[in-house]
Amino acid sequence: MAERSLRGKVAVIGIGETTYYKHSQSPDPEFILALKAILAACEDAGINPQDIDSFASYSNDRNDPSRISAALGCKELRLSNMQWGGGGGGGAAAVGNAAAAIATGQAEIAVVYRALAQGQFQRFGQAQAGGTVAGDNALINPYGIFVPAQRFALKIMRYMHDHGIKQEALRALAMASYHHAQSNPRAVMYGRPLTEEAYDASRWISEPYHLFDCCQENDGAAALILVSAERAKDFKNKPAYVLAVAQGSDHRNAARSFNAPEFASASFGPVAPHLWEMAKLGPKDVDVLQSYENFTGGVLMSLTEHGFVKPEECNEFLRLENLLAPTGKLPLNTSGGNLAECYMHGLELQIEAVRQLRGTATSQVPGAKVAGVIAGPMVTPVSTMILGSEETL
Amino acid sequence: MSYLPKGLPAPVTETDKLDAPYWAGTREGKLRVQRCAACNTWQWGPEWLCHNCRSWDMRWVEVEGKGKIWTWTRCWHPVHPALKGHGPYIAVLVELPNAGNVRMLGNLLGDPEQPVRIGAPVEAVFEPHDDAATPYTLVQWKLAT
Ligand SMILES: [Zn+2]
Repeated sequence: MAERSLRGKVAVIGIGETTYYKHSQSPDPEFILALKAILAACEDAGINPQDIDSFASYSNDRNDPSRISAALGCKELRLSNMQWGGGGGGGAAAVGNAAAAIATGQAEIAVVYRALAQGQFQRFGQAQAGGTVAGDNALINPYGIFVPAQRFALKIMRYMHDHGIKQEALRALAMASYHHAQSNPRAVMYGRPLTEEAYDASRWISEPYHLFDCCQENDGAAALILVSAERAKDFKNKPAYVLAVAQGSDHRNAARSFNAPEFASASFGPVAPHLWEMAKLGPKDVDVLQSYENFTGGVLMSLTEHGFVKPEECNEFLRLENLLAPTGKLPLNTSGGNLAECYMHGLELQIEAVRQLRGTATSQVPGAKVAGVIAGPMVTPVSTMILGSEETL
Repeated sequence: MSYLPKGLPAPVTETDKLDAPYWAGTREGKLRVQRCAACNTWQWGPEWLCHNCRSWDMRWVEVEGKGKIWTWTRCWHPVHPALKGHGPYIAVLVELPNAGNVRMLGNLLGDPEQPVRIGAPVEAVFEPHDDAATPYTLVQWKLAT
């Protein structure tokens, strides 16, 4: 039987994004943002939007593929795929789902997209007033725990306790994103550098998270166009090949009332080994990494669970100089990421990985051939992906 | 007197009644969690069957309100309208060594700016909300004396 793998079978040939706005500041409604990002990706790829036949998204994106397909006048609709659960944890999975459909003949030209207008709809970081709650929320909300910052503070607090990790390690992760945003005119935090002093002085959100450990809330949209590896070279851009995708989470990750056996984790325990197995690569082979910062603590645990750094080495390794392009040991979140470029629910990280492989990033790692993208840690399911240039096939 | 201000969402039993024995128990000052009659596995939060052996014979067992702080956070940012202007408060995830180390969330009573230590022993305190439309009782925690 042939090996079951996506390695090298599908490539990203187009990327597109809207202007990135602070939350509630988009002049366009969410559906227009989605269309603009998809059209930008088509233009980048050099394809006619009518030729898109397949769609994949995540986190219950509100923009239905059937409506998009009709609006764009697409010739036919083949795949209309939504990744269940996990919020931003579905970002790499959506690419994997589209790629799997292409590799198995169920799709030809697929777009992976995500649009968010948190002003038009409810913000992520604020709870709704009053009322009653049932089920898992009944065991949590009455104690004042509502939003991801609080829920995920509980995870990293225990992890830092278990492994003696200091606040400075979280600070370095925040500063890496802000540092890279200063070279990126698209970034919402462009021109707003972060100093150690400003980090330390910033208010607590939910200990151990300071304000600068937490992602922004933004409006915008992003899209990627995928085709088979056979067709990829027919288009104008240097293809970014999907070398591996993995999604999932630990044993009983969703056990209620925070009873996951591996609660103090980013949920990549069994997922990362699947990634490396399919990629036929290891963490040392990755030239540049985008790791979803909902909160810095999630990045830290993502790095350890993928094997980029051992838990007991975090204090030593997670220093700003190690995390910066072009020369750091592990250039991280090179566009500014969710913290400082835009919280485009992580899809901006996938686009940045493609840019790094094309050689067009604003904080370019010279000659980058292998780019990692880790989506939405600490939720279930999470997902993770490796892209590679042609030399890695 | 409740630890957090009025106006936070009130817990109600699920429409399928899965967790009804828990909420009925707290009204009587009893802390109940699930235990499998077939294999003795403790389970929390509630589910219809045992995750260890798939038995449907889940019993509700009263457990002593004693535990240890497994993790915690001190919340400063008011994420809910009822918390505006309230100031910090502490949430603790407590593990119950007498019930298979299942974990429960609650608030740590006392000074909201007190230092918190993972592993510290705590005791359950029942906090009634009698004036709610559907009265309920929360399980809170205080440092063991
Ligand atoms: Zn059982």
